[in-house]
Amino acid sequence: MSVQDILVVVEIQRNAVAEVTLELLTAARGLAAASGGQVTALVLSADGAPYVAALAAADRIVLVNDPQLAEYSPEAYLAVLAHVVAAEQPRAVLVGSTSIGWDVAPTLSARLGVPLVLGCRGMKVDGNALHVTASVSSGKVLADVMVERRPAILMVLPGSFAAANEPGRAAVESKTSPVPLVPGAVEFEAMILPEAGDTDITQQEVLVGVGRGIQQQDNLELAEELAHALGGAVCASRPVVDQGWLPPTRQVGKSGMTVKPKLYLALGISGAPEHQEGMKGSSLIVAVNTDPKAPIFDIAHYGAQVDVLDLLPALTEAVKAKQTV
Amino acid sequence: MNITVIVRQVPDLIEPVEIAASGTALDLSAATFIVNESDDHALEQALLLKEAHGGAVTVVAIDFGDIDNTLYAAAAKGADRIVKIAWQEDSPPAPQAAAARYAEVIREIQPDLVLVGIQAHDELDGVLAPRVAAELNLPYVGVIRGVKDAGGGVVSVCKEFPGAVMSRMKVRLPAVLGILGAEQPPRYVPVSRVRAAMKSVQFDQRDCTALETDTGVEIERFYFPEAAGRAEMFEGSAEEVAERIAVSLAEKGLLK
Repeated sequence: MSVQDILVVVEIQRNAVAEVTLELLTAARGLAAASGGQVTALVLSADGAPYVAALAAADRIVLVNDPQLAEYSPEAYLAVLAHVVAAEQPRAVLVGSTSIGWDVAPTLSARLGVPLVLGCRGMKVDGNALHVTASVSSGKVLADVMVERRPAILMVLPGSFAAANEPGRAAVESKTSPVPLVPGAVEFEAMILPEAGDTDITQQEVLVGVGRGIQQQDNLELAEELAHALGGAVCASRPVVDQGWLPPTRQVGKSGMTVKPKLYLALGISGAPEHQEGMKGSSLIVAVNTDPKAPIFDIAHYGAQVDVLDLLPALTEAVKAKQTV
Repeated sequence: MNITVIVRQVPDLIEPVEIAASGTALDLSAATFIVNESDDHALEQALLLKEAHGGAVTVVAIDFGDIDNTLYAAAAKGADRIVKIAWQEDSPPAPQAAAARYAEVIREIQPDLVLVGIQAHDELDGVLAPRVAAELNLPYVGVIRGVKDAGGGVVSVCKEFPGAVMSRMKVRLPAVLGILGAEQPPRYVPVSRVRAAMKSVQFDQRDCTALETDTGVEIERFYFPEAAGRAEMFEGSAEEVAERIAVSLAEKGLLK
């Protein structure tokens, strides 16, 4: 591996290469093209062979196979990752801003004493400098930063790059773990899937999404009435679920569901990147927020700057009136 | 189980965010500060564990923003001990530097478990929770929603993944956990109890040694994003906006 190479940490979700990994490959290809380096995709799993086809956009695929890597466990992942990065010294290491990414990227940065940039949305190489655009304060502000020290660990926001789907002929290297892996202090026990029975928001054509602007649990009733009038369901951004007002199965965004309804009403939702990740594929987005700078207005088709608690009953009535005409 | 919780204050994003004249930082002079949301969940999780299994909860904070309010509220909620680390600057310490100072204090306390919020929205080039774990050379796992004492110096945690999927893991203590959410929402504490805490609770004050840090990340500029697209905005009262939305939905065949 040369000092201009880009290392992509492949993420496996439910036995498939995660979409964010394909986006990282696109970002990596852009950097490698400018620097003259190559793109290496690193797969940590019990058996990486089934994932090779999806990673064709890489120049080189390294499969580290070990039973201890069958399920995600931070210590085993980090032991291998730290060894590979220290040995290969790539220009940059691209990691998705995901549940696993939030463990491994900052810890890798701390262990190796190398730079870390969170919330990366854009990046380019200029000589020795790596210029990165990153999201700060839930997407309300952007930061342009420059990193010269290598390797730079870049946590990339999902949805920031198109997914790579070009065919290629990556060279595949399959190996066992370069470091001995034994059960550590953190051990995987079981995957817990969502309980069946609640409304599946991924199958709804109309979603009424509520965020902090709903203010208190009692006000959810107003959103339920609107959803009922529209023939849809209520969903929420993370703060509402964190309050326990709706179950996790109703959460839209990075750590929740990805939805693509015909209509998504974003009510009192500011539109942090993590939320946008789960709903920006909706056919029609209508956003209502009192903050004119709320990022949700950047992806909405229609918007209004009013209080959602004033709007909800008025909109329910207006919808009912149109339906009876 | 003895638990240490780190709490921070961050600018309230409900208020408009401003950029400092330097162009390379947020303007915090007019910001309203609130407790970092995931830290609040970390405190709640610690209190739930204490109530179920005994032990003590120590809250540690660097003196930035309106931290005293947060610390008195923590005491009123049930924290047993508060350690406040002096900090005189106008901006918060970088996560790397803060982690080193927190680690100094936590080494003295020697807790079984350290809980820290998974993220603060103003972090750009470092994440506090895993950094503290690295400083303490303790195991770390983050994006945790729910911690249970499994006995025998082990906790059972749920790590959140997309699609409402959780991974249940067991963690041998001592360890640091990055908390996304507690098992229940952070409890409400009446103002009267906070005021009572202000009169009765003494903070354990610590000095802060100079915190030099070089993250290797040079900030060139902060700026507001220019939207690639922008919503067509409906103006007027809530009733007028509601009518405009309903008309648009009807035109698109979305009202049945």
